[in-house]
Amino acid sequence: MSRFLLLTVFMSCSIAYASEVLAMEITRAVMLSNSCAACHGTDGKSPGAIPSINGKSTQFLVQALHDFQDGKRPATVMGRHATGYSDEEIQLIADFFSSRP
Amino acid sequence: MSQFSRRKFIKLLAGSGALVSAPGLLTSCSKGARAKIVIVGGGFGGATCARYLQKFDSSLKITLIEPSRQFITCPFSNMVISGMQTMDSISQGYTALTNHGINVLHTRVRAVDAAVRMVALDNGDVLQYDRLVLSPGIDFKWCDVEGMDESDAEIIPHAWKAGAQTTLLRNQLRAMDDGGVVIVAPPVNPFRCPPGPYERISLIAHYLKQHKAKSKILVLDAKDTFSKQALFMQGWEELYPGMIEWVSASKGGRIDEIDVATRTLYTESGDRHKGDVINFIPPQKAGVLAQNAGLANDDGWCYVNQRTFESKEHKYIHVIGDASIAGKMPKAGFAANSQGKVCAAAIVSSLREVAMPEPSYVNTCYSLLSPGYGISVAAVYRYSKDRGIYKTGGGVSPLDADAAYRLQEARFAKGWYDSITMDTFG
Repeated sequence: MSRFLLLTVFMSCSIAYASEVLAMEITRAVMLSNSCAACHGTDGKSPGAIPSINGKSTQFLVQALHDFQDGKRPATVMGRHATGYSDEEIQLIADFFSSRP
Repeated sequence: MSQFSRRKFIKLLAGSGALVSAPGLLTSCSKGARAKIVIVGGGFGGATCARYLQKFDSSLKITLIEPSRQFITCPFSNMVISGMQTMDSISQGYTALTNHGINVLHTRVRAVDAAVRMVALDNGDVLQYDRLVLSPGIDFKWCDVEGMDESDAEIIPHAWKAGAQTTLLRNQLRAMDDGGVVIVAPPVNPFRCPPGPYERISLIAHYLKQHKAKSKILVLDAKDTFSKQALFMQGWEELYPGMIEWVSASKGGRIDEIDVATRTLYTESGDRHKGDVINFIPPQKAGVLAQNAGLANDDGWCYVNQRTFESKEHKYIHVIGDASIAGKMPKAGFAANSQGKVCAAAIVSSLREVAMPEPSYVNTCYSLLSPGYGISVAAVYRYSKDRGIYKTGGGVSPLDADAAYRLQEARFAKGWYDSITMDTFG
C-alpha cells in the first residue's frame, strides 16, 4: 500500500512537470497503435463515421480484433486489417486504446 | 537548379546577412534538449511528422516549411472534379499545428546543405537543423512526354496536384457538350495514388451519367494492369454500362505523342484519339526539392532506410511520403501519414539515444465509384533488414459484395477523410 502511494506521489510530480514539457515514451504499443489513428482518429477519438475506440475495455477490443480475424464479427476493412497482427500485438493495441481517455 | 555547393551556400548565407560563420554553428548541435527539427512540405507526410514529433517530445523546436497557407488534399479531389464536393471541403489549414507549438513558415526552400546541416529559405532566413525531414511529394517527368510540357497543363490538365488544376478539369467537364469524349491517360508505375485515376474515371462517369449521358470516357493506360482492377471493372459494368472503354498499354493504350493544339493523342500502336477533354497524368518523380538537394536516384525517387526514413544519400535527412521508395507501401496520403509517425519516432529515439521499437505501418486506400459505392485496399506492414517494408496482412474488398457493403465502405471513406485530416492537420 505504501509503495502504491509513493508511486502515486511520484506520478503526480511527473504530471506537474509534464505541463511544462511533455515527453512520451515510445513503446511497441505506441508504434502499433499510432497507425490506427488515420481511420479511428488521434488516440482513437474519431470525428466522423468510423467508430471511436478510445476508452473501450481491453477485453472488448481484444475480443473484437480476434472476431475480425476469425470472420465472426461482420466487417468491411477490419477483417482484412486484423490479419496483420499477432495475439501479442492485439493485446498491446487493446491496452493502449483502453487507457486513452 | 543543381545542388548547391557548400561554398555557394555559405556565400548565400553571407548575402542574406543572417549568419556568417556557419561552421562554428555546427558544434551547437543539441542532444535531446531543444533539438531543432526542420520539416519541409506540409502535406500528409510532413504535417503528420510535425504533429507526432510534438506529441512525442514537446521540447523539440519544430519548424514546418510549406509555401501554401491552405493545403488542398488530393484525397477527395475527384469528388470536386465530379461536382460532389467543393474546394473548401478539401482545404486544410495550419492553425491547429501552430497552436500545438509548431513554427509554420509559409515560404519556399531555396537550398539545402547537408554538410553544414542548413536550409536556406526564400524569405532570407537560414535555419540550422539537427534533423531535416523532407516530404516534398511528386513532380512530373515532362522530359519523358513528347509534344507537351508543364505550361500545356493549362490546356490539358493533369489535376494530379490538387488546387487550380482540380478546378480547371472540373470546369472543362462542365463546359463540354453532351456526347463528348473524355480521355483519361493514367501513368506508368510508380506514381501517386495507384487507384486514383480509376476513382476519377468512375466519378467523371457519375457526373456524365447525370448531366451528359451521351458522352464517353476513353482510358488510354500506360500499364496493363491497375490497382483494384477487377473491382473497378465490375463497378463500371454495374453503374456505367457502355460508358467507359479501358485500353491497356499493350493493346494500344501507350501514348507516343500529344498534339496539344488539337487535343489529339497519338498512340504507339499508330492510332489517333481526339478528346473534348483530356486528363493526361504524366509520369512522375520525387518532388523537385528532393532532386535539388541531391537525394534522388537516377530513376527520380529517394532511397531511404525504410525503418527510419533516413536518406541513403545524406545523414540526418529523412525523406517520407510519395518522394521516397518505401518497400511495398504505395505512394498515398495514408501511407505518408503512417511514415510521418514512424519517422518522428525514429528521430526522437535517435535524439534520446535509445533503440526504436519495431515499427508498424498501415495503409488503406478507399475509392468511390459513385457517392454510395465504395471499395478499399488495406495493408499492414512490418520492416526487416532483408526485405525492407513488407506486408503482413490486408486485402481488397470482395467482388460481388452487396449494395449495403459498398455503401458502408463509401461511408467509411468519408469517415477516413475526417479522421486522417484531423490526425494530420488538427
